[in-house]
Amino acid sequence: MRVINIASRVENGSCGESNGEVQRLALPLARREFLKGSGLLMGTLAAGSALAALAPSNAWALELKALTSAQGDALMKMGRVLYPHKKLPDAVYALLAKDLDSKASSDATTAKLLKDGVTALDAAAGGSFATAPAKKQLELVKAMAGQPFFAAVRGQCITSLYDNDMAYASFGYPGAAWDKGGYITRGFQDLKWLPAPSLDASPKPFIG
Amino acid sequence: MANFSQTDDSVVVVIGSGAGGGTLANELCQKGIKVVVLEAGALQSQASFVNDEWKSFLQLAWLDPRTTSGNWRVAKDFAGLPAWICKTVGGSTTHWAGASLRLQPHEFKARTTYGDIQGANLQDWPLTLAELAPWYAKAEDKMGVTRTNGIPGLPGNNNFKVMHAGAKKLGYKEVHTGNMAINSMPRDDRGRCLQLGFCFQGCKSGAKWSTLYVELPKAEKTGNLDLRPESHVSRIEHNEAGKVTGVVYFDKDGKEQRQKARAVAVAGNSIETPRLLLLSASNKFKDGLANSSGQVGRNYMRHMTGSVYAAFKDPVHMYRGTTMAGIIQDEARHDTKRGFAGGYEMETLSLGLPFMAAFLDPGGWGEDFAWWMEHYTNLAGMWLVGEDMPREGNRVTLNAKVKDKYGNPAPNVHFDDHDNDIAMRNHAFAQGEKVYKAAGAIRTYRTPPYPSTHNLGTARMGASAATSVCNSFGQTHDIANLFISDGSQFTTGGAENPTLTIVSLAIRQADHIAKQMTARAI
Repeated sequence: MRVINIASRVENGSCGESNGEVQRLALPLARREFLKGSGLLMGTLAAGSALAALAPSNAWALELKALTSAQGDALMKMGRVLYPHKKLPDAVYALLAKDLDSKASSDATTAKLLKDGVTALDAAAGGSFATAPAKKQLELVKAMAGQPFFAAVRGQCITSLYDNDMAYASFGYPGAAWDKGGYITRGFQDLKWLPAPSLDASPKPFIG
Repeated sequence: MANFSQTDDSVVVVIGSGAGGGTLANELCQKGIKVVVLEAGALQSQASFVNDEWKSFLQLAWLDPRTTSGNWRVAKDFAGLPAWICKTVGGSTTHWAGASLRLQPHEFKARTTYGDIQGANLQDWPLTLAELAPWYAKAEDKMGVTRTNGIPGLPGNNNFKVMHAGAKKLGYKEVHTGNMAINSMPRDDRGRCLQLGFCFQGCKSGAKWSTLYVELPKAEKTGNLDLRPESHVSRIEHNEAGKVTGVVYFDKDGKEQRQKARAVAVAGNSIETPRLLLLSASNKFKDGLANSSGQVGRNYMRHMTGSVYAAFKDPVHMYRGTTMAGIIQDEARHDTKRGFAGGYEMETLSLGLPFMAAFLDPGGWGEDFAWWMEHYTNLAGMWLVGEDMPREGNRVTLNAKVKDKYGNPAPNVHFDDHDNDIAMRNHAFAQGEKVYKAAGAIRTYRTPPYPSTHNLGTARMGASAATSVCNSFGQTHDIANLFISDGSQFTTGGAENPTLTIVSLAIRQADHIAKQMTARAI
């Protein structure tokens, strides 16, 4: 699993609780590296949501190195068309853009594949795929099924969208069990809505 | 750990340290025989295993280049990953689920029982269940198999409760938490199962039997084991007389090394084992070692497999507890009224969220896929595993177009489903769905086969040297001091998970090798 370091961003002008000092504006990943990058994706998590509790701040930002912000945005939207989860915030789909960007920045062929793919999506949308209506977006993505661009984005979705702490929290998967002592005393047989098997079929746990 | 000389030609070289190789090595060491184990993978431990599906996959899986062909769906979904097996000390016993079932009597006589099935290369084993039974008993004791040797069954988890309730409603009789090589109570200096739910990722508690922390440390204590991890064997050498004399391998720095041997046992799992025999072709053995029958690499079997997942109104949390938590055995019989020969087992299975995304419907996307992922906590799952037909054309060959990092041709795995496999899979899918519907499922899903975990048959044993590679002891017909020590030996696959049979054959083989050495036959 990947833990998303949603960077903490202190709202402009707010001050620290401890001493009242106005903190430095710490736009994540930005500051030193921002100028080197070619794009930046930003958003917020709904305040008070379960996912916001995982992050130090409800604001997030991810820098892109090879792709533009518009290309990153289009890929995020494409991810949402492919795997439409209302309960997943944009921050998770931004990971898709980030991972694709990372591949693009180390491999020119992938960069071209992704850039050309977004260009084709935009052209098919008659301007901007990202702002096209949902129904139109689905049509456009469906029409690309089987093409290398589609395969690259869809394949990346599997690890980018479903192997991170926000997805785990959203879908109710707790991940590692070893550090919690497994489930031997934590509900591995707590299902009550079906009849229990006989002791022959399923003996009682050994208690030392 | 012993450190034998590379020129010591009194050692037995065992290639691979999994269920076959790791067991054989320990059994030989216990008999006072010096053994060098060459394992391609690195050494991990219970401490280094990780409860994280992708990280663990990268840590344990065999990821060297492989290619696929044939009409099986794995070739489309996982073109470069025909098998999900391991490259690590302990081999796939780090990853296996622990199911330990004996083959049924008729499964040793597949040709006699099933008849001449067109397009299948069936043979009877040169062994009967009665002959293997004492060795099965030794293996069950060694591995601590539940419901044998007075060891209680494991407690069933929620995933099993769902399977059990549905199965009983459907009228199935043989439903329980299985015969598992997982400690239900402390045994053999290992603790009881903590119900971690990460059986496939290496058991961090050590409750599950693995050669990594059971057989190999015992072998080491004898002073007769020289285990060399990250040692990738690329060739077996022989002399003028046609006896094997040693092996060539690449060490962890990629440097070529040679180890002399009195005998060589190959246990690289059923893709690498035939590949190594083929890579060892010479002027004397132009088609590869032990291949006068032409059967090396052929009759590749991978078990008929498939999975059924079901969504329920209420939570299941299938990921809690042992991955393979229970079994239905009623369909394991041979009964052609169902429209196919042989039978299949139904065993619970669960995947974590990351692997559910990867394996539920490879290539799938859209709202329906998203629906299944969103119901993750309410899913129950089972794996269907049955006998598939050996076919001469289903085979491992060398693919000259793709090379590994040592410059050797990668293996290509060709597999075409036999009609019998397809008929069995469809029957199993339907029965699996019925089980879950009987338990109240709101939806069920037929998941296609994962990359193969049960790889079998590519150096089969048989009574005739003309139609098989080795005899019932895994000793090759052509070369008396060359042995096959893994699932490649299987004449046919049976319906059962193969590890217990591999371990039993390895114990029996060790006895045979020791006798042959004493008699100076090898």
